Amino acid sequence: MEFAELIKTPRVDGVALHRPFMPTVEGTLCLTGHHLILSSRQDNTEELWLLHSNIDSIEKRFVGSLGSIIVKCKDLRMIQLDIPGMEECLNIASSIEALSTLDLLSLMYPFFYRPMFEVIEDGWNSFLPEDAFKDLESMTDEWRLSEVNKDFSVCPSYPPLVAVPKYVDDDTLKKAATFRHGGRFPVLSYYHKKNGMVMMRAGQPLTGTNGRRCKEDEKLINATLRPGKRGYIIDTRTINVAQQAKARGGGFESEANYPQWRRIHKAIERSNILQESLIKLVEACNDQSHSMDRWLSKLEASNWQTHVKEILTTACLAAQCIDREGASVLVHGTEGTDSTLQVTSLAQIILDPACRTIRGFQGLVEREWLQAGHPFQQRCAQSAYSNSKPRQEAPSFLLFLDCVWQILRQFPCSFEFSEGFLVLVFEHAYASQFGTFLGNSTAERAKLSLPEKTVSLWSWVNRPQELERLTNPLYEANSLVIWPSVAPQSLLLWEGVFLRWNRSSKCLDEAYEEMGHIIAYNKELQNKVNSLRRQLAQLETEDPLLQSP
Amino acid sequence: MEHIRLPKVENVRLLDRVSPRRSRVGTLYLTATHTIFVENKTGVRNETWVLHSLVCSVEKQAAAASGCSLLIHCKNFQVLHFVVPREQECHDVHLSLQRLSQPERHTELYCFSYKPNVDEKERCQEWDFLDLKADYSRMGLPNSLWKLSPVNQHYKVSEPTDSYPADLFVPASATPPVIVGSSKFRSRGRFPTLSYYSKENHAAICRSSQPLSGFSARCLEDEQMLEAILRSNPCSDFMYVVDTRPKLNAIANRAAGKGYENEDNYSNIKFQFIGIENIHVMRNSQQKMLGACELRSPSMSDFLEGLESSGWLKHIKAVLDAGIFIAKAVAEEGVSVLVHCSDGWDRTAQVCSVACVLLDPYYRTLRGLMVLIEKDWVSFGHKFSHRCNHLVGDPKEVSPIIDQFLECVWQLMEQFPCAFEFNARFLITIHSHIYSCQYGNFIDLKLLRERTHSLWSYLWKNQADYINPLYRPDHSQTQGLLRPSTAPYCFKFWRGLYNRFDQGMHPRQSVEDYLRAIREETQQLEEQLASHKQVGPGVVYIHDKNYRKVRRSSQAIGGRGGIQSKEKPIESP
Repeated sequence: MEFAELIKTPRVDGVALHRPFMPTVEGTLCLTGHHLILSSRQDNTEELWLLHSNIDSIEKRFVGSLGSIIVKCKDLRMIQLDIPGMEECLNIASSIEALSTLDLLSLMYPFFYRPMFEVIEDGWNSFLPEDAFKDLESMTDEWRLSEVNKDFSVCPSYPPLVAVPKYVDDDTLKKAATFRHGGRFPVLSYYHKKNGMVMMRAGQPLTGTNGRRCKEDEKLINATLRPGKRGYIIDTRTINVAQQAKARGGGFESEANYPQWRRIHKAIERSNILQESLIKLVEACNDQSHSMDRWLSKLEASNWQTHVKEILTTACLAAQCIDREGASVLVHGTEGTDSTLQVTSLAQIILDPACRTIRGFQGLVEREWLQAGHPFQQRCAQSAYSNSKPRQEAPSFLLFLDCVWQILRQFPCSFEFSEGFLVLVFEHAYASQFGTFLGNSTAERAKLSLPEKTVSLWSWVNRPQELERLTNPLYEANSLVIWPSVAPQSLLLWEGVFLRWNRSSKCLDEAYEEMGHIIAYNKELQNKVNSLRRQLAQLETEDPLLQSP
Repeated sequence: MEHIRLPKVENVRLLDRVSPRRSRVGTLYLTATHTIFVENKTGVRNETWVLHSLVCSVEKQAAAASGCSLLIHCKNFQVLHFVVPREQECHDVHLSLQRLSQPERHTELYCFSYKPNVDEKERCQEWDFLDLKADYSRMGLPNSLWKLSPVNQHYKVSEPTDSYPADLFVPASATPPVIVGSSKFRSRGRFPTLSYYSKENHAAICRSSQPLSGFSARCLEDEQMLEAILRSNPCSDFMYVVDTRPKLNAIANRAAGKGYENEDNYSNIKFQFIGIENIHVMRNSQQKMLGACELRSPSMSDFLEGLESSGWLKHIKAVLDAGIFIAKAVAEEGVSVLVHCSDGWDRTAQVCSVACVLLDPYYRTLRGLMVLIEKDWVSFGHKFSHRCNHLVGDPKEVSPIIDQFLECVWQLMEQFPCAFEFNARFLITIHSHIYSCQYGNFIDLKLLRERTHSLWSYLWKNQADYINPLYRPDHSQTQGLLRPSTAPYCFKFWRGLYNRFDQGMHPRQSVEDYLRAIREETQQLEEQLASHKQVGPGVVYIHDKNYRKVRRSSQAIGGRGGIQSKEKPIESP
């Protein structure tokens, strides 16, 4: 298929672009296979380059022969294009609609994008499971890297290599996989160096209504327990939801078959409810009625902050079991690809200082989201402005980022990255020139040859100039476990994402800049003093007269 | 001392609101001014002091097996839950505290017994620290348009209340008969007088109480007074009269012979209602909002619903919106504004002072905010004693009017982080001391200057604690009129004040403290480098005598997640 077929009118002159907090730009609108471009063709005016894949939905309005298209983006921005001429406007609108809803992955922009920067380190090779395992090996010899899934036949959503208890063989894993939703048998998610406790994750056990059991599954998870110790199973669903799952073949671990485990149920909501919540929240943020009551009641009704609180609470619980109780933890919900990953990844942010660095965070996203099989393609297909009924869309990953931001706000000096990094990751998860978030699993990514055919987001991020931009000037390595507060008063609306296009951030940006100046000036003086000290020391050794009596 | 029925109770438990496991056991002491809880744990001397004048209510709950609960709510939003083993003891403590926290006579107020180690001469100087006349001359007054009026020098006009200051600025063309006539036509004699003057464009903010217009009454002098105000702004041919009340309230006042200005009777005024609710609505709203803050392990919905139904943020928005209206009229339109409500000492004080903060960078400095509170609140007779319940009195007179002003300033600080010289701690400290009665500033009594201390000089002496490290006088954000957004989502819940004592709720690391430590360190480095330069080139000498190790402070609570103190990277030579 040629993109040209979809582009009915490639170019329109005299188009006015309205963007929030920016002056109106008049110029020529061009449609290409992957971009909507508006250029004033003058120097010093910024051009608009918008990826079609970033467009969530559009709205057309006509006043006389002047048509307007309101473009609603997945990054929650809304822009308006005033297009002279009814026909041009309709043509542009239908082309945008067609181009922004292409299903075929191989037509996506990352396959066409050629980097304009020098790749210092190929991000596709930066976070391989075998490298992560080397770190684990340096801490413990109780685990091994299994190749049981090397052709993705045991669990299609797992990577080819997974860490499992050393003395559990591949046959056991295969059998355990048949007992877990989606073949997602329990695998290692995190090893807590301080006390050797571990966090595992899995899909729900397929006990069904007649209470099926699986000795291999029991053996597998019991192999992670120290003699005489009990572990915790955190089921991210309420007991009711977990009960209901039995009727569909799912279920939960019974006390009888898992006597060494204590099961705790939490209440993290599932995908479609989260998607609705996002839609409601964004609608509340865009409501221009300016009534306080209405805003607060819409904010409350969206339940977004409730989800943030619930996810953080569950992550704290998992972290507490490991760090405070000295127990190992198994986390699962239904599929084990959404709420499970939210909990395991946030628990690591809380427990492991390495995850709070820029590189460590990339590793965390790779391990716990991309390689762990969060179906990004499905979940991020649409964002808050979608008109169609949500199918498999859900802001699971955005909620995770929101929770990280909450912790960052409470521990502003303990993260190497700034809020901007989280926003960047959010944007690229929904629409990107990079291939990182394409596909739903490692298997799909391999099939599409993404590492060969596309550039990794991390290749772009891990360059000195980008790293500098994304670094938090307040950062001072904090080796401690950081416990966030989950009181409603402590959880804020993530303005940087949800109000980003609704209010000017000029003053806040200036404050951030000022902060940078204060710190940079301090460093400069420190360097000066240090170099003087060195000079002094040198002079002292050279000239004995200068030495103090 | 005669009010203390029981000076000491042992084996009292102080419960932690968030986690019951963290409750403490100790001894409760009642003194004349404080209730003190001393934890009995060997090795630790953990004390909790509660100033009696900060106690807002004491509630004794039904006795249970574990003891009898005593719930103390403080005006600084601290909530203490004690469990006293025996009911009789609890009863005695309850009665004592109730009496101690509600002084009946001025002489019982804490400011008369608060004696810091300051000699008499210094104490007198404290009261000279702020000079309102200096602020008026900063505005360029008196000038040909505005003059100091002798009319209230001995509080003659404003009788029967003496709620106006002695020094008042009035339009140059307003003669004493006009002022006296206008005064008689205004509630409590509070005639229109100047609050703020913009020397750039001559626009002014004036304030008064409501006119006694009833359904049809007129007063020629009052009309002349407003005309004189208009004439004192040569660049404008009309002025705004802003009634900060909801229209219905103002109409209801007409039946009582009060009311609002009739546009037909006053030449060239534009009349405007703003719709800020009265003290009773505000009091109830804050009570409800505090109820939401105090919920035990609330869900997100519980809290947000509580916040919404309290209406608190809606009222804050109304006050700020009114301030913006006035500030814009003055700065952008160059039009003078007369502001009033009923008596002109609650909503009017709020709105005029918010407008001043928006208009004039000076009021966004440490000293400027103190001057502003002294001017628009203290000197213009905000009834602190009633509103803050300093003395036992009518509970219906209590209202958090000044809290709302301080919160408006805080909301602005959140939107303009570089524009204010002071930090939130400054506002919270002022709030605390408005209620504590430790200083004489907010107590309307003539003897104060002779016997009590002034908060302003205390704050000034400790200014290092209150400086916003991001403030830069030359920053573009600092200049001129602030134009805040008042979209509802720009208003935040002020956790730092209303949940001040719930330590677990606050960020565990403070950016501000971190920056302050950095700046302190920077200053030392600058000194070291300067002293090197003094010695001259060619000789390397590093002045090290005054060198102190900077420990980057953190607000690590319970030792978790704090910033580890950082050793200096420089070794001694």
